[in-house]
Amino acid sequence: MSAILEAVNLRAAYGDRPVLFGIDLRVPERGIVALLGANGAGKTTTLRALLAEVRTWGDVRYQGESIAGKSTQDLVRMGMVMVPEGRGTFTDFTVEENLLLGAYSRRDKDGIRRDIERMYGYFPVLGQRRKQRAGSMSGGEQQMLAIARALMSRPKLLLLDEPSLGLAPLIVQEIFGILTTINREEGVSMLLVEQDAVRALKVATYAYLLETGRVALEGTADQLAASDDVRRAYLGY
Amino acid sequence: MTEFIQLVLAGTANGCIYGLLALALVLIYRSTHIINFGQGEMAMFSTYICWSFLNAGMGYWVAVPLTLILAFAAGIAVQRILIRPVQNAPELTIVIVTLGLYLFFNSLALWIYSGVPKPFPLPTGIRQASWQVGDIFIIPYHLFIFAVLITLMAVLYVLFQRTKLGLGLRAAAAQPASSRLVGINVNWMLALGWGIAAAAGALAGILSAPVVQLEPNFMATILIFSFASATLGGFDSPPGAVVGGIAIGNIVALGGRYIEFIGTQLDIVLALVVIVAVLLIRPAGLFGRQVVQRV
Repeated sequence: MSAILEAVNLRAAYGDRPVLFGIDLRVPERGIVALLGANGAGKTTTLRALLAEVRTWGDVRYQGESIAGKSTQDLVRMGMVMVPEGRGTFTDFTVEENLLLGAYSRRDKDGIRRDIERMYGYFPVLGQRRKQRAGSMSGGEQQMLAIARALMSRPKLLLLDEPSLGLAPLIVQEIFGILTTINREEGVSMLLVEQDAVRALKVATYAYLLETGRVALEGTADQLAASDDVRRAYLGY
Repeated sequence: MTEFIQLVLAGTANGCIYGLLALALVLIYRSTHIINFGQGEMAMFSTYICWSFLNAGMGYWVAVPLTLILAFAAGIAVQRILIRPVQNAPELTIVIVTLGLYLFFNSLALWIYSGVPKPFPLPTGIRQASWQVGDIFIIPYHLFIFAVLITLMAVLYVLFQRTKLGLGLRAAAAQPASSRLVGINVNWMLALGWGIAAAAGALAGILSAPVVQLEPNFMATILIFSFASATLGGFDSPPGAVVGGIAIGNIVALGGRYIEFIGTQLDIVLALVVIVAVLLIRPAGLFGRQVVQRV
């Protein structure tokens, strides 16, 4: 299958401190790929590097084209959208304004209206709170809002950073259910950074294991789930 | 009582001008968390530009909009050329840059226009003579200032609350990192904010020029009163800036009359007293939000 995203020898640095040391990574069209690893392995940095939020070197191709020199907002307009860790909620804005902000790069007013209603269909709780200050919602609701906000831009590739962080297991299950639905029904590709490796390997088809800024191991989700190394080091059983 | 009402009318008119300049300060503070010490001098220089247009024979109603458009463009230019390179520098660096703006525009005005005060006309169609209602004299120009302020507030309200651009401006000011992630061009939004602030400041200068005389330092005192207004209203609240401005205008007018030793010479002390009192009692100001920071 052709790749929506392909990174070769991706390197990144904060100031003059290098963090990524040459990562090769591929997300197939309509696929879900998991990015695993311990704290500090460089998972979040990889996402930020792909979105040009940190100093980056290497060859990144998105939909077959090099994206060198593109700014974050260019990439968002091209359909590569991040759901940030900590969720990036616009806390002082209403739920509905958050969704409108998600659609900021679009111009089709009617389509935006329809998509807002569609999001309320996926996440009924957001519909109930449309006029509420987003910052006053619970962590799970804000995570749903973050995903809905990202979807409002009609993304082709979602970069998800720890969507399960700090959430109750039931909520996590709900959110992952919705993510797989969106992947299946709308064909949105996903690159998923996750601490909860068991869950990530359940939804992903392929996975990479990062260790201090390098790919330590890669393979299909089944291969990684079956690997003794991964099990002992990251899955804890 | 008559005198009291008279003072309130004059104080409110002056207060509108303080409020306008305070609004400019607040618009910039909200988005970049810096106080632009050059705001008053940018306004002063814009007023001189307007004076030049008028002096060249242009009508008031052409010269003023033209000046505001130029001020808007200049505000954007200042942000892109001078502020953006130091945006992530320590606060002190940015403060020094804005102080540099103050000196630059002050010296430039002195160099081009000299220090000799210039007369600035009332708007065409606004008459000099006042109306008498009972014992009270109402100055038409004061009503004009008030009407301009209300109109501007309405325009800004619609812009910020009802348009997509306004949503982007507010979002970029409140959460720049998240705004970038939804595809908002944050740098442009900040520059536009500077443009709007510069235009609001220019309006403050143009409105006050007929009352006080136009000379290179004429906005300096007004800037101090505007600091007091913004502090009172809350440095992150645009409506607060305007309410604060009108309050300061009245405090100065009434204090100068009824507190024996203040008079017109010491009225700036009243502004400083308000600043200190607000910072001691309610640092966020009347309409500002207390910022709670996780440490």
